[in-house]
Amino acid sequence: MNQPIINTSPKVSDEVRKTTCYMCACRCGINVHMKDGKVAYIEGNRDHPVNKGVLCAKGSAGIMQVNAPSRLRAPLKRVGPRGSGEFEEISWDEALEIAVGWLKPIREDNPEKLAFFTGRDQSQSFTSFWAQNFGTCNYAAHGGFCSVNMAAGGIYTMGGAFWEFGQPDWDHTKLFMLFGVAEDHDSNPIKMGIGKIKARGARVIGVNPIRSGYNAVADDWVGITPGTDGLFILSMIHVLMKAGKIDLDYLSRYTNAPVLIDASEGPTKGLFLRDADGKPLVIDRNTGELTAFDKPGVRPDLSATYEKDGVTHRPVFHLMAERYLSDEYAPEKVAQQCGIPAKRIRAIAGELARVAFDEAFELDQEWTDFRGEKHTKMIGRPVAMHSMRGVSAHANGFQTCRALHVLQILLGTVEVPGGFRFKPPYPKPVEAHPTPHCKVTPNSPLDGPHLGFVQGPEHLALKEDGSPARIDKAFTWENPMSSHGLMHMVISNAHAGDPYKIDTLFMYMANMSWNSTMNTKGVMEMLTDKDENGDYVIPHIIYSDAYSSEMVAYADLILPDTTYLERHDCISLLDRPICEAEAAADAIRWPVIEPDRDVRGFQSVLIDLANRLELPGFTKEDGSAKWVDYADYIVNHERKPGIGPLAGFRGENGDKEGRGEVNPDQLNRYIENGGFYVAHIPEGADYYKPWNTAYQDWAVGMGIYDSPQPYLFQLYSEPMRKFQLAAEGHGERQPPEHLRERIKETLDPMPIWYETDQHGNEGFTVNALTQRPMAMYHSWGTQNAWLRQLHGRNPLYVPTKLMREHGLQDGDWAKVTSPHGEITVPVMEMAALNENTVWTWNAIGKRKGAWALQEDAPEATKGFLLNHLIHELLPPKGDGLRWANSDPITGQAAWFDLKVKIEKAAAPSDSESQPEFAPIKSPVGKGPKDLAWKVGK
Amino acid sequence: MTQLPQSTERKMGLVIDLDTCVGCHACVISCKGWNTENYGAPLSDQDAYGANPSGTFLNRVHSYEVQPAEGHAQLIHFPKSCLHCEDAPCVTVCPTGASYKRVEDGIVLVNESDCIGCGLCAWSCPYGARELDQAEGVMKKCTLCVDRIYNENLPEVDRVPSCVRTCPAGARHFGDLGDPDSDVSKLVADRGGMDLMPEMGTKPVNKYLPPRPKDNVEEQIDILAPLLAPVAEEPKGFLGWLDKTLEKL
Repeated sequence: MNQPIINTSPKVSDEVRKTTCYMCACRCGINVHMKDGKVAYIEGNRDHPVNKGVLCAKGSAGIMQVNAPSRLRAPLKRVGPRGSGEFEEISWDEALEIAVGWLKPIREDNPEKLAFFTGRDQSQSFTSFWAQNFGTCNYAAHGGFCSVNMAAGGIYTMGGAFWEFGQPDWDHTKLFMLFGVAEDHDSNPIKMGIGKIKARGARVIGVNPIRSGYNAVADDWVGITPGTDGLFILSMIHVLMKAGKIDLDYLSRYTNAPVLIDASEGPTKGLFLRDADGKPLVIDRNTGELTAFDKPGVRPDLSATYEKDGVTHRPVFHLMAERYLSDEYAPEKVAQQCGIPAKRIRAIAGELARVAFDEAFELDQEWTDFRGEKHTKMIGRPVAMHSMRGVSAHANGFQTCRALHVLQILLGTVEVPGGFRFKPPYPKPVEAHPTPHCKVTPNSPLDGPHLGFVQGPEHLALKEDGSPARIDKAFTWENPMSSHGLMHMVISNAHAGDPYKIDTLFMYMANMSWNSTMNTKGVMEMLTDKDENGDYVIPHIIYSDAYSSEMVAYADLILPDTTYLERHDCISLLDRPICEAEAAADAIRWPVIEPDRDVRGFQSVLIDLANRLELPGFTKEDGSAKWVDYADYIVNHERKPGIGPLAGFRGENGDKEGRGEVNPDQLNRYIENGGFYVAHIPEGADYYKPWNTAYQDWAVGMGIYDSPQPYLFQLYSEPMRKFQLAAEGHGERQPPEHLRERIKETLDPMPIWYETDQHGNEGFTVNALTQRPMAMYHSWGTQNAWLRQLHGRNPLYVPTKLMREHGLQDGDWAKVTSPHGEITVPVMEMAALNENTVWTWNAIGKRKGAWALQEDAPEATKGFLLNHLIHELLPPKGDGLRWANSDPITGQAAWFDLKVKIEKAAAPSDSESQPEFAPIKSPVGKGPKDLAWKVGK
Repeated sequence: MTQLPQSTERKMGLVIDLDTCVGCHACVISCKGWNTENYGAPLSDQDAYGANPSGTFLNRVHSYEVQPAEGHAQLIHFPKSCLHCEDAPCVTVCPTGASYKRVEDGIVLVNESDCIGCGLCAWSCPYGARELDQAEGVMKKCTLCVDRIYNENLPEVDRVPSCVRTCPAGARHFGDLGDPDSDVSKLVADRGGMDLMPEMGTKPVNKYLPPRPKDNVEEQIDILAPLLAPVAEEPKGFLGWLDKTLEKL
C-alpha cells in the first residue's frame, strides 16, 4: 500500500516547566510544555505525590485559562456607580496609595473596621499573618460556606478529617463508602482511588440523592433523602452495636470510650473525670484502679464504672450503649425518613461488618504505642469512607460528620491498614490547634491567630459586653465552634451594622455578588445600598481577582491578580497541605511565564501594602521591609526558628527537611525537583499515627509538633458538653436566653440527628441541591473556552415522578419557589435521582457582561443560580432576631437545607431564565469569536 | 474509493472500562490540548465565548441513563472516539485517498493535505467519530496519538495516547488488540469486552468493558443477616455481653 510518511517523533516542546495546578483546590503537579516561550501543552507530572501523572479536564484546559479574554489587565478605579462595571485603569502606585489611604486610618483608629475575607485562597497562613499584623479580628477564608462541618467534625472527633487531612488506604481497602460527595473534594485522587479499587473488584457504595459522577460507578447506590445521612449512619451504628460487630480492643485502647464521665450534679457534670495533671481517667482492667488514660501498661476498661460519694461514674461506652441501642435508631424506624428500605440499611451494615471483621488481615509490622506496649502486627480492617460537602452543608452537618467518624471508629477502621489514614500534619488533637483570638488594639497586631478550635465558652470571640467581636459572629453563642468563620454572613452583617459597621471590605477570589453568596440579589443591593447621606453603607470595597468576575463590578478598587502560571505560591505544611498518608509534601508555583499585562500576584501586593503600612511582622527593627515580594517571604519567613512556609531543602546546603535554617536557594531547588518536595514517613510509622511512637517522633523531627502529641479519639466531645453546661446555667460566660435551649439540644457531646429548622417551609416539600461538574469543580473558570463546551448549560434536573406529577417534559420551563424567592428555569428529566429532589449544576449561570462572554452566551441567558432561592437568614420568627441559615454549632452555611416547590410555567417571553439582571459593563471587553490555538510552528 | 489494507501488522486500539469511567471529561480535554498543538491543523473553536460555542473534538463523553425493569436507574458515562475499525467505511468512501488505514498498526488517519473536506467519511461513520474542522475545512479524527506512541522525544512510559495517560480513574487502556497475549486483549477476555454496534459490520478495534452488575447488596442479605444477630436486645444485656467479651480479649 502507498501510504503517507508521517513524522511520528515530532519535537514535543522546547522545555518543560514543572509547577502546581490551580484550576481547582486539588493542587496537582503539572508539566507545562513551552514552545517559543509560550505555553503549548499541559499534562500531569508523573512524579507528583497528588496526581502521579494524571490530570483532569480542568488541568488540561489550563492553557485556556492563561489566555482567557476575561483576564484583568491593570488596576481599576471605579468611576461609575457601584455595580455598573464602569472603571478607569490606574497605575499600581495610585492603586496602592488609594488602599493605604483607606487602610491606614482604620488601623490607627479601630482595626476591626477592616473586614478581610479571602475566597479560594491557597495561602491562608500568609493572608492570616497579614490580617493579624494589620490588627483586625475580621479575617477568614471560604471554609465557613464550604465544608467547615467536615473539617471541624473530623478534628473534634479524631484529630483530622477527610480530603486534605486524610485519605482511604486505596492499596488495601475492600469496601469504599462515599457519603454525599458530589463530584468534588478532592478531584484526581478520588478518581484514581476508585479506579484502583474497582480494578481489584472491591465494592463502592455511594450515598447521594443524585447518581452522577462517582455515584454512577458505585456498585450500590443509596439515593438518600437529603439531610438524613446522620440518621442513616446512627441506624447502622445501632445495628452494628446490637450485633456486637464493633472493635472492642481498638475502642478500649485508642478512643475515649473507656473514659469516665463525671455523674455528680453541678458544674462538672458530664465532663471527664481527670487526675491532678488534668489527664482523663479510666479504670485499668489489670488492676481495677482509677488510672490516667496514658499510663504505661494500662488496659482501659470499657465496662467498669467508678463509685464515689454515692455517685456512679460511668464510661463513655455505657452512655453510647444506652443511646444507640435505643429502638429510636432501628432501621425500621428511620427507613421512611431516610428514604432507604430497612432491609437495605441492614444489608449495608452487614456488609460493613463482614468486610471489617471477616476480611480483616494483618501486616507483619512491629510498632510501639504511646503506652509503651509493643505490637508485632498491624491489624487491617479494609473499610474506608469519604465525605465532603453533601453531608457538610446542612444545619445538622456537624453532628452528622461526627456520627460518620464514630461509625468508622466503632469498626476500628481509622489509621489502620485498609481503612482511613491521616496525612501529615494530621493527626493533630484539638488541643494542639490554636484557639481563636479577637483582641483588637489600634496600631497593633491582633493578640493571636484569628481562627482556631474553641475548647469551651472561655474561647468564644466575645467583647467585654458579651457582644460578638467578629463581623461574621464566628465563635459566638449562635455558632460556638465556627472554626473557619462565616464568610456568607460578612456582607449581610456589615450592611445591617450587626454587630457593628465596618469601613472597608477587602476580598480576594470570592464571587460574593454572584455564585459564592446566598441571596444573590439581596447581596447586590447591600453592596450598592446608600445611607441617608448618600454614602455607601459599606464605605469602601477592595477586591482582587485575576478575572472579570461578577464581583469586580461591586468594588471601588480592583487589584488585578495574575493567572496561576505567572506567579509564586507555596502549598505549605503551615496551611492546607498536599501530603499523602505515607509522606509529608509541599509544593510551589513559580512564574513559568511572565504576565503580559499590568497585573501582580496578590500575595506580593499584600506585602507591598504591608510595607507601605509598616505592619510590624513585615518590618525590621530598623524600619526597613523584611520582604520585597511573596517569593522572598516564602524563602525567608520563619514561623518559628527553623520552620518556614516550605519544609524541603532547608539549611545552608539544602539538605535539611522540616526544620532547618533559611536556604536562599530553596525555590531553585524546588524547581529542579519538579516544583514539590516529599518527606517519606518511615515504614512502621505510617499507620496508627496518633498512638505510634515512631510516627510521633518523626513528626517532631519534621517540625509538625514540638513534642509528641498522642491522644484519644473523642467519641464523646468534652468541649461540646462545656457549652451545654453553660446553657444549663453553669459558669461565668452565659449564653443569651433565646439560645439556651438550642445549645442544650444541638451541642450534644455524643452524635445525634435532628431535623433542621423547618420554620417557614410549610408547603415547600421538594429538596433542592446543587453540585459542580467534575470538569469545573472548585475552578474559577466557567468562561474557559474548552470547558464551557462541556458544561455550558444547567437545566434543573427533575426526577421522573415529579416530571409526571407536574406534566413536565424536557425543555419545558418551571417556576421554582422557596420561602425566600422564585426562579423560572428550563427543566430536564433525570431518573437516577432521589424521587423528591431536584438539582442543577452550580455556577454555570453567569451575569451578562461578566467573564468576557458575549451577552447571548447560554450561561447568561439560560443559565441560572439556585442561590436566589437561598437566604443567608432563616425566615423571620417574629422575635426581631436575625437567625443565620447556618449550622448552630459551626456556622456552616446550610446550602443544602433548601426546600422548594415547583410548577410548570410558560416560557419567559425572551426565553431567558428568571430573574434577569441588567448587563454589567465589562472592564475587559468581550472574547474573540473563534479560536485556533497553536503556539508552535 | 480508497482501499483498506488486507490486514494490518498490529491492531492498536483502546479498551474503555464503562464500569470505571466517572464521566470527568479529562480524556476529552487532554486530547483537545495535545491535538490542537500537534498532528495537523489545530482543533478550532467557533463562537468560543458566544451563544453557540462549537469546537472540534476527537473524543467526547456522552452520558446515558438506563432504567432497568427492576431497581434504580443508572447513569453510564460513555467516552467515544474513532474505533479504528478493521472494515472502516470512512476509508473506503474517501474520494481522494486522504483517509487511510495504516498497515503497520491499523490506525485510521486523515492525510490533511489530500482532504477536500467533503464530509463523506463523517457521513459514512456509524459512530459519528469524525468532525470537520470549521476553521481549516479538513476532517479531524482520533489519531490514536500517532505522534506520541512512537515519539522518541517522549520517555517510553509516555508513549501512549494522551487520553490514556491522563485518565484519572484508569478507565482507558491502550495496546495491540491483535495480540491475544497483550494486556488489553486479556482485559477484554476477562471482563467480556464488547464491540460497539457490531451489527454495522465495521469490526471496530476499540473495545468497551461493560459495567458490572449493580445494586445487589440487598440480595446478599441472607449471607449478611447472620452477622447481625443481636447479642442483646437492650443496654443492660449489652453490657453483660460486653463484660463476657472483654474477659475473652
